[in-house]
Amino acid sequence: MATPTRAPERPPPPPEPGPAPLRVLAAVLRNGWRGLTSMRTALVLLFLLAVAALPGALLPQRSLNIRLVETYLADHPRLGPLFDRLGFFDVFAAPWFAAIYLLLMVSLVGCVLPRTIEDARALRSPPVVTPRNLARLPHHAEATLDAGLDEVSARIETGLAGWRRVTTPEGTGRTVSAERGYLREVGNLAFHFSLIGVLLGFAAGKLYGYEGQVVVLSGGGQFCNTGILGYDSFHPGLRVDGTELTPFCVRVDSFAAEFLPNGQAQSYRAGLGYQTAEDLAAGTVAWREFPLAVNNPLRLDGNRVYLLGFGYAPRFTVTFPDGQQRTAEIQWSPVDTSTMLSEGATKFARPGVTDEGERRRTQLAVTGLLAPTSSGGDVVTSVYPSLRDPEVAIDVMRGDLGLDDGRGQSIFRVDQSQVDSGKLVRVARANLVPGQEVRLDDGTTVRFDGVGEWVNLQVSRDPGQVATLWFAVLLLIGLGASLTIRRRRFWARLTPIEGGARTVVQLGGLARTDRAGYGEEFRRLATELLGTDNRAPVQPEDD
Amino acid sequence: MLATLALYSDRLFMAAVGVYVLSMLLHGGEYALLRSARPVLVGAGSEPVDDPEPDAGPRSRPDRLGRMGVALLVLGAGLQLGSIVARGLAAGRWPLGNMYEFTSAICLAAVVAWLIVLRRWAGARPAGLFLLLPVVVLLFLAGTVLYAQAAPVMPALQSYWLVVHVTTVALASGLFFVPGVASLLYLLRRSGRLDEFAERLPSAASLDRLAYRTTIIAFPLYTFAVIAGAIWAEAAWGRFWGWDPKETVAFVAWVVYAAYLHARATAGWRTGRAAWINVAGFAAIIFNLFFINMVVAGLHSYAGLD
Repeated sequence: MATPTRAPERPPPPPEPGPAPLRVLAAVLRNGWRGLTSMRTALVLLFLLAVAALPGALLPQRSLNIRLVETYLADHPRLGPLFDRLGFFDVFAAPWFAAIYLLLMVSLVGCVLPRTIEDARALRSPPVVTPRNLARLPHHAEATLDAGLDEVSARIETGLAGWRRVTTPEGTGRTVSAERGYLREVGNLAFHFSLIGVLLGFAAGKLYGYEGQVVVLSGGGQFCNTGILGYDSFHPGLRVDGTELTPFCVRVDSFAAEFLPNGQAQSYRAGLGYQTAEDLAAGTVAWREFPLAVNNPLRLDGNRVYLLGFGYAPRFTVTFPDGQQRTAEIQWSPVDTSTMLSEGATKFARPGVTDEGERRRTQLAVTGLLAPTSSGGDVVTSVYPSLRDPEVAIDVMRGDLGLDDGRGQSIFRVDQSQVDSGKLVRVARANLVPGQEVRLDDGTTVRFDGVGEWVNLQVSRDPGQVATLWFAVLLLIGLGASLTIRRRRFWARLTPIEGGARTVVQLGGLARTDRAGYGEEFRRLATELLGTDNRAPVQPEDD
Repeated sequence: MLATLALYSDRLFMAAVGVYVLSMLLHGGEYALLRSARPVLVGAGSEPVDDPEPDAGPRSRPDRLGRMGVALLVLGAGLQLGSIVARGLAAGRWPLGNMYEFTSAICLAAVVAWLIVLRRWAGARPAGLFLLLPVVVLLFLAGTVLYAQAAPVMPALQSYWLVVHVTTVALASGLFFVPGVASLLYLLRRSGRLDEFAERLPSAASLDRLAYRTTIIAFPLYTFAVIAGAIWAEAAWGRFWGWDPKETVAFVAWVVYAAYLHARATAGWRTGRAAWINVAGFAAIIFNLFFINMVVAGLHSYAGLD
């Protein structure tokens, strides 16, 4: 979108007073602006934008999957780092990508603003005067009607209802000039302004929105949106520091997944309880209910809560030799989403141990695999994703889990370096079904109680998305108007003959925009205005 | 009962492909006869005479073949529609849940769009051969490589937005076949190369007009489809736009078609360059349909392929 190419032959501007360098600068700026807002530049920028977006589709992107990027870098030791330096793995955050679309937006504004002023003027000005020779127009017709000037004039006025028209006297007769299709340019401008609106809405989301993921155990697990520390991962917008989150709480009461016989997921549903910011402020104890499902997020106060995924959490009870018991139910992560075979590590510290050295010798971890529907046999694997016949294949590790050295560690794994250095050793290996237990050499028992479920929730906030949607709707309406409405002109010249008893009517038509096919409409209008028997010599449409 | 319906759907699909192939042969026959009917000009200096094809009038042999070809095209479209409806009934859902069904719908949209073009402008018929060629190839791929059993879809696809988004995408993509093929033929016609082969096509100007007029219908529809997709993504994936590979290439195709419309209004770009841009847009649509789903991993990986 840009100004149609103007005739370059303009009279040279009069020499301006002032120092030469300033004049040169002004000329450079003026020419630069003209160049930037020309249609050719807009075309080149559009083309660049399309090409620049392509690596975003063809190469893995950090914003989507950081692991794929790392794999790519490892697989392509030469090309990878080069691409990385060019920003090909973060295309949509790259400065060159931003440069292209910002230039395009500037070009767009520079073109659309003058056109808006022009259009506002055109909307107020009357249709152009009738050309002298209507027969030279691409569409024309002529007939002599058996009616007086006033009657014919009235007939034409009625026939042109809906057109903007002016009737002017001309000699003994009259001419009518009419035009319609003004909404085309209005639609065109609306389209381009909405495009800017969409971009601004999108930018607002990137600046002031956030997205966080959190795992919550089903059967009463709770999550409150009070600070970013509650999240497992949190992606703030550029202007979000995480201190002013809209508070709300959710509780996952139940979860149900259904699968087809072939293991394909059919539905995920979580029964949710929630309290809004208002409820929390009022100190309400009751929870509102919501059936959370894929495609059915919970929306409250501009925040949305999504059900992204689920998994299993085996419950283990450790009974120490002194009779003390500890039970833990920690999420394990699915390694195969089609069978939901899961892996994880459930970690225990022996209660009542105060001695630092003693504590580091007695920590326990239950690690291994969980099959929701076990294949049976010595090597446990899963054959179906739902909890039909769960079994775990576990190693029990004892020693120092390395939890005290200040480094973060995965909740799904034990620290391999602790195993390698011999600080953490395997003391038992067993396959257990619910209710079974394994006894360690010191008399400790580890019992597999059963399996719970967890859900992965995502909380999203995007303050720009509603505005973006409205601009998108406006964009679509504008686009439709600018592509379907035709701007066309219609003229009639009425000349009375035979003392006013009859009137010669000449009609002419001109489509102002593209090859849109005005011929048919003109023919219909001409037939209507001149009478059905008239065989108006209308030229075949030839755009 | 449902299994029977699924079977009927597959049979109807095969029948439709067979009928399309037959129609293509008839179109080819028409095209070949039209060509050979042309007086062969020997010798230098003699300009080809632009005579009204003597052998191409109504009820001539090429005309009869062409009419039969179009009649078969109508039959094929009917069979294919039957196949799609039966598929939907068999699976108990909207029949656009995997690549096989999606490709089939796109091809049907392309064929129906072409039939509408023919209704308004019968002179376009010789170009039908070149539209049918990609349609038949795609349908063959759909029936072999992309084929998937009639089955329910995964939870993310269970939404009425599937009906809105995927249907409009399929319609718009099918519509884009017409300007894509018309622009290619236009470029061939304009280049003057292979003239003996291309001279039976509609004139360059009318091909160009056909390309433009179908693009201005397909483009807003495509825009709507992308917006509908964004609304659905907001409900299903937690964001309305996330530069998923499919979204990115959809954006690229949109920008290319926008460039086409601008090129039409720019001096020096109106004809040849605009046609090239339109072809590039069509390439982006096809690329998005196949390459992105089958090669690049993304959220749109619902192909039903293993």
